[in-house]
Amino acid sequence: MSELDGGHASTGDLVERRYPPVDVLATIALGLVIVGGIFMASFVPRHVPLFLPVVVLSTAFILLFVAAFLLTRIEDFAWDKFRLVYKWALLAYVVEAGVIAFAFVRDHTHGVALLVLLGMLLVFAVSVPTTIAYTVARFAKGLDGKS
Amino acid sequence: MVQAAAVGEEQGGAPLGTERPLIPVVPRAGIPIAGAVLVFVIVAIATNSLWMLTFCHVVGGGLWTAIDLFVGFVVGPIMGRMSIPARAEFSARFLPKMVIIMPTVVTATLAAGYQLALTVGNLNSDSPNHAWLVVSFCVVGVMAVIALGVLEPANVGVIFEMNKPIPDGRIIERLMKRFMLTAAITGAMQVATLIIMTRVASR
Repeated sequence: MSELDGGHASTGDLVERRYPPVDVLATIALGLVIVGGIFMASFVPRHVPLFLPVVVLSTAFILLFVAAFLLTRIEDFAWDKFRLVYKWALLAYVVEAGVIAFAFVRDHTHGVALLVLLGMLLVFAVSVPTTIAYTVARFAKGLDGKS
Repeated sequence: MVQAAAVGEEQGGAPLGTERPLIPVVPRAGIPIAGAVLVFVIVAIATNSLWMLTFCHVVGGGLWTAIDLFVGFVVGPIMGRMSIPARAEFSARFLPKMVIIMPTVVTATLAAGYQLALTVGNLNSDSPNHAWLVVSFCVVGVMAVIALGVLEPANVGVIFEMNKPIPDGRIIERLMKRFMLTAAITGAMQVATLIIMTRVASR
């Protein structure tokens, strides 16, 4: 038992219970779009080869879908806490993604390159709230017995 | 703060069950300030003002680096040696502020920095600074994954845990461990950022 434990043996299952790696998948998706974004930004203002960014973006979307699928299969999950955190975090990160998107649009990025960048920002805006909300919800059921 | 008292009571002090004020996940007073900062950044990008872009990037980047290094290597170790009630009280006041400060500072730094690099031509492949900027993108990428995918969720998770009627110390400890595990990586990346940016600025 740790120094911070405070004698909480009854919530051991919350700490020990194995959950699907939703946060890991969402964070890998985030990492992938960051790699794709770095690749694209390193070519600006020249023509950007889009094969690698499209592959990276597609993989990130697949990982997010897998994460969402795994999330829906969790039993006894604090969905109320997940939704509460997710909606506000999503709002915050959509605003952030919007500011970054504005910089690209302002610099006349257009066509497929802009679509790929917007897709990457969409992954950014969804993956971070998913990780935050999941982290909160998986530990949400406390000693009060409520989520 | 009463919150800290309750956590202290769990360690064998007075009985539990006293009313504790909820810790705000995001301090409301900070939202207009964060909004004003983001509006300033948008105006800087829209007008392409060299001074405004430089201001956003230098001030934001300076704050980001200083806060990361100070929290990771000064505040963190001090917190680790504090008593449990003192640590809980400090965290209850400190973490909500970080939830609003860091994303705002990071967004301002990155958005203004990208626009600044384009404006002054550092992103052009024939610029002597191009390679340094690409390396800085990679460094920032590592920090972004750590900050957004590892630390921010832990930060919010700790606040929610502390808002429970009886916070579970093990959950808080497990989440806070992430800060200690990533401090060295973040510190190394921030030092790399300082080296890269001072090189870029002096060429």
